[in-house]
Amino acid sequence: MKKTPFDTEERCAYRDSMAKFVQKEIEPFVDQWDEDGDFPWELHQKAGELGMFAAGIDEKYGGLGLDHDDAFMRAWSAIEMGKSSAGGVMASLGSRNIMTGPIQKLASDDIKDKCLADIVSGRKGGALGITEPGGGSDVANLQTKAVKDGNHYVINGSKTFITGGMKADYFVIGARTGDAGLAGISLFFVEADAEGFSRQSVGGKMGWWASDTATLFLDNVRVPAENMLGQENMGFLSIMNNFNYERLMMVGQMIGMAERCLDESIKYAQDRETFGKPMIKHQVIRHKIADMSAKIDSMAAWLNQICWMINEGDMPVEQITKAKFSASKMLEYCASEAMQIFGGAGYLRGNPVERIYRDVKVMAIGGGSEEIMRDLAVRQMGL
Amino acid sequence: MKIMVPVKRVVDYNVKVRVKSDNTGVELANVKMSMNPFDEIAVEEAIRLKEAGKAEEIVVVSVGPKLAQETIRTGLAMGADRGILVEHDGETEPLAVAKTLKAIVTEENPDIVLLGKQAIDGDNNQTGQMLAQLLGWPQGTFASEVAPEDGSLSVTREIDGGLETVKLNLPAVVTTDLRLNEPRYASLPNIMKAKRKPIDMKTPADYGVDMGTRLTVLKVEEPPQREAGIMVESVEDLVSKLKEKGVI
Repeated sequence: MKKTPFDTEERCAYRDSMAKFVQKEIEPFVDQWDEDGDFPWELHQKAGELGMFAAGIDEKYGGLGLDHDDAFMRAWSAIEMGKSSAGGVMASLGSRNIMTGPIQKLASDDIKDKCLADIVSGRKGGALGITEPGGGSDVANLQTKAVKDGNHYVINGSKTFITGGMKADYFVIGARTGDAGLAGISLFFVEADAEGFSRQSVGGKMGWWASDTATLFLDNVRVPAENMLGQENMGFLSIMNNFNYERLMMVGQMIGMAERCLDESIKYAQDRETFGKPMIKHQVIRHKIADMSAKIDSMAAWLNQICWMINEGDMPVEQITKAKFSASKMLEYCASEAMQIFGGAGYLRGNPVERIYRDVKVMAIGGGSEEIMRDLAVRQMGL
Repeated sequence: MKIMVPVKRVVDYNVKVRVKSDNTGVELANVKMSMNPFDEIAVEEAIRLKEAGKAEEIVVVSVGPKLAQETIRTGLAMGADRGILVEHDGETEPLAVAKTLKAIVTEENPDIVLLGKQAIDGDNNQTGQMLAQLLGWPQGTFASEVAPEDGSLSVTREIDGGLETVKLNLPAVVTTDLRLNEPRYASLPNIMKAKRKPIDMKTPADYGVDMGTRLTVLKVEEPPQREAGIMVESVEDLVSKLKEKGVI
C-alpha cells in the first residue's frame, strides 16, 4: 500500500524495523528512564545493530557505504523515533550522528580506524562540541582557542549543552585557530581521557531528562596536529551540511512527536466521556483533531519534498531552515492542544503528552533556534 | 544442511481487522500487511541454526500475490539467502499451498522445512501437517525448541498437557510456536543487502498445481459485541448470581 511516491520497499522495511524497535526496546521503559534521568548503554548497541548510526559512513566501519545515503531513510527513522516520545533517549543516541559525519569526511585514516567502527556499532559514544557558556547561536564568536605548539595543538576553553557529552568517549571540538568569525574556526578530534579534559553534568533540564548533557572543560589539552579535522580555519565551514542533516532529523522527530500527540489525543477522546458523550463527539475536540492532523500532514509532505531534493543532489538549505522553525511551531501547537484534550490527566508525569510538551522547547531552541532559522532562511532567499 | 522456510503475507498483527460490508471476508484494501508472525519465528530459527554453523543455506518461499515479494524480502533482510515466490492472486488454501511446497521441496531438497504453526489470517493450522503427509516426512509441530543432532532433530513441542520432546529423522517438517524465539529486526545494512539477493518468480503452473478452491466461505461476521457486566458487592453475591445463571 503506497502512500507517497517515495515509499520504496527498503525505506518501508527500515521504517517497519524502526517502529518495532521503538515499540519493543524503548516504549515500555520511557517513563522509568525519564525519572531515572538515564537509560542503559545496551540500547546504544541495539540501535547500532539496527543501523541507526550507519548513514553516511563507510562500509568498512559498519556504515551503509557512502553511495547509499538516502535522506528518506534518515528522516523516516527520525519520525519513528519521535513517536516514542522518548526525546532524551533519541537525543543521547543521536548525538553521535552529528560527530561521525565530520570524522568520516575530514579525519585521517588513523583516527577513523581508531573510533568510527566503535561509535557506529554503539559500543562507544561520540559528541560534537560547538556551543559555549558564552554563546550558542552566535557561533562566529566562539572563544575556545587552539594554539599550535610544535607537532601539537593546545586547546583551552569550555563547551556546554553537549548532548551525549557525559558518556561520550570521543569528541569533535570547535576551537579558534585564526581570526574572528566563522572562517577562523578549526575542528579537533579529542578523546575523553586526554589530560586536561574534564566534564560536568548539566542538571535540571526542563525536558530530555533521560539524556546525558555535559559542560566540557579543556584546560591545556594537547592533541597531535593530525587531530585537526580538515584544513586549518576551514573546519566549521566544511561541516555546514552536518547541521542541515541535524535539522532534517529534528524535523522528522518533531513530526513523530506531533503524531504521537495526535494518536494519544484521539485514543483519550474516544475513551473519556464528558457531558454525556465521548469527547471525540464534541465539535470543539473534533476541530482540534482536524487542525493537528492537517498541520502534521503538511509538514510530513514538506519533509518528503526536502528529502527528494537532498537525494537529487542539492542541499536545500532554505527549505530545511524554514521547515525546522515551522516544525517546532507545529509541534508546539499539537503538544499544547493534546494537553488541553487530556486536561488534568495531561498535567501529571508519566504520560507521553506531558513529556512531549516539556520537550517542545528544546526542539525550538536546539540545533538552531527558531530565530536563527528565520534569519538564515531569509538570507538564503537572497535578502 | 539446507532449510526451506515458507512464509505468508498477512494483515499486520497490529491492525484491527474489519469485516467487509458484504460479509464475504475481511477488508484488505489500504491495510498494512506483513509477514505472518509465526513464520517470522521460523525465519529467525533458521538463521540461528545457520549462525550456529548447523545450516548452510536458507530459502524463503511464499505462495501469494506479487506483493508477497516484500514479505520474502523481509526474510532476506533478516538473513535468509534467497527466495522463491509462486505468484497466485486468489485464495490460498492449505492443501493447494502444501502441494506447491511439496513440488518445491522435490526441486530444492531441503533437510528441514521450517514454518509457522499457522497463519494469523485463517488460523488454519494445516499447511505444515499436510506437507509432511504429502512428503511422507516426519513432523514436529508447535515447536518451542529445536536442536539438531547427528542426522536427526530433537523438537520440543508445546502440547495441551505440557511439553513433549520428539526425535525426528531428517528430512523433516517443523512448525513453530510462539515461544521458540524472539525474531530480530531487519537492520538497515541488511535491508540494503537484501536488495541484491535473488527471488525466483514462479507460477503454480510451473509446479503443475491446481490452486482451485475446495472450501466455500458462507459468511464472515464480526464477533458479538461484549455486553456490559455488573458489579457485585460480595463473594456471596457473586456466588448467588452465578447460581442464578445456572453457571455453577
